[in-house]
Amino acid sequence: MKLHFDLATVLQGDYGALFLHGVELTLAMAGLAWCLSLVVGILLTLIRLTNRRPATMFVATFVAYHRNVPTLVQILFWYFGISTLLPIPLQDWLNQYNGQFIFAVIAIGLCSGAYLSEDIRSGLRAISYGQYEASRALGLNFVSGMRYVILPQALRNSIPPMVNHAVVLFKNTSLAMAIGAAELTYVTRKVENETFLSFESYLIATVLYLALSLVIMLAGARIAAHYRIPGVR
Amino acid sequence: MFDVLRDNWTLLLIGQYPHGPIGGIVVTILLSLSALVIAIPLGILVALARISHFKVLRAPATALVYAVRGVPLLMVIFWVYFLVPVLTGYPVTGFVTMLCALVIYDSAYLGEIIRAGIEALPKGQTEASRALGMSYLKTMRAVILPQALYNVVPSMVTQFVSTIKETSLGYIINVQEISFAADQINNRLLTKPFAVYLILALSYFILCYALTQLAHYLERRVTRKRAGKANKARPGAQQSLLETAVSEH
Repeated sequence: MKLHFDLATVLQGDYGALFLHGVELTLAMAGLAWCLSLVVGILLTLIRLTNRRPATMFVATFVAYHRNVPTLVQILFWYFGISTLLPIPLQDWLNQYNGQFIFAVIAIGLCSGAYLSEDIRSGLRAISYGQYEASRALGLNFVSGMRYVILPQALRNSIPPMVNHAVVLFKNTSLAMAIGAAELTYVTRKVENETFLSFESYLIATVLYLALSLVIMLAGARIAAHYRIPGVR
Repeated sequence: MFDVLRDNWTLLLIGQYPHGPIGGIVVTILLSLSALVIAIPLGILVALARISHFKVLRAPATALVYAVRGVPLLMVIFWVYFLVPVLTGYPVTGFVTMLCALVIYDSAYLGEIIRAGIEALPKGQTEASRALGMSYLKTMRAVILPQALYNVVPSMVTQFVSTIKETSLGYIINVQEISFAADQINNRLLTKPFAVYLILALSYFILCYALTQLAHYLERRVTRKRAGKANKARPGAQQSLLETAVSEH
């Protein structure tokens, strides 16, 4: 095989612009999906806190579904399956305005939300029941007990797994290429197909993914260090 | 939904097998199982390299772990798809491509799981066996690894679930596993995408949920067995082990 290394072609002009758009879309997708997952995760935790049987059953089913079905299949299910059940005007609107992107964000966001609620739950479970009893004995009501005693400790415990899942969420955006959302992986395939510079295209995409993941990991470590209570664990 | 299932269950189960290549859920299980079996010994090597005193071993293993944690599996698949034929000179099938990518991915994750298992053991175990005159390798083989590997069996089952879920990515490079079969059915029927993809999701769910329950059962057994032993001082250790196995996708 004749080896030639031609990074310039892939980085300049139209192809460079394509990569830039891909990164933009990946970041937008990851950001929106993360916000959605935060909302879903907190909602699920609140529902579970009510301790009513149907409510906890619903949350357990939701979490089990999202943990045991591949994210790719969830994306395909949303894009090809659930989309057909929507009212026709909404379907048309979605087809017109980048439905792939929206369904990918929904699928990835809901999936991460399920994991996030588990992260928060394991953080809450690590706080002993005595803490809650003590806060009630001191005259705090449920909300203040949560606000001043339980959550400050529980959320600190949840930071490391939440950062891990933020990285996983970021990597999962690559699956959106399967339904044709023009994010980084999709763009990489496109550039590779047009230029036949496989090595260069994959190299750029890999470096970009790795760099952005490391940024998330580092930021997470900084946040955990910032909120750490000196002397506790 | 049931008529779709009745007409197509063989395709979902074994693909076009008697008249064509084997596929469906059999390939999904075959792929994930062989990936895990190949990745376990590699994972042990990665774990040993990660805790090694020699930087020559530690640095590449750490780099591998961070690369795998930071790069999507899809990217690894494309690399293998492109590099393996160039390096070996032979064209490879989608199955082999997928297997290579999964082995690379799993050996890094299993390495981290096994490393956590080794580090959760009391240091006295290593010290005692070294004091008895065993070499480093003998210590690892006869004392540390048997205990560490037993303790991380639940996490390995969790990793197996992750691997099963990851095989769905084979659909993108046309490996004939169950997602590919579902896509074929959908393309033929055209009118029932909801039913087809619901069946697909439920198939994965049944398989993975059963294995997740198995992991929970094994974890309780391991915890009980460890609690019966002398080291009661580490109650949180087992839980944190399972949580290191971050399941993806």
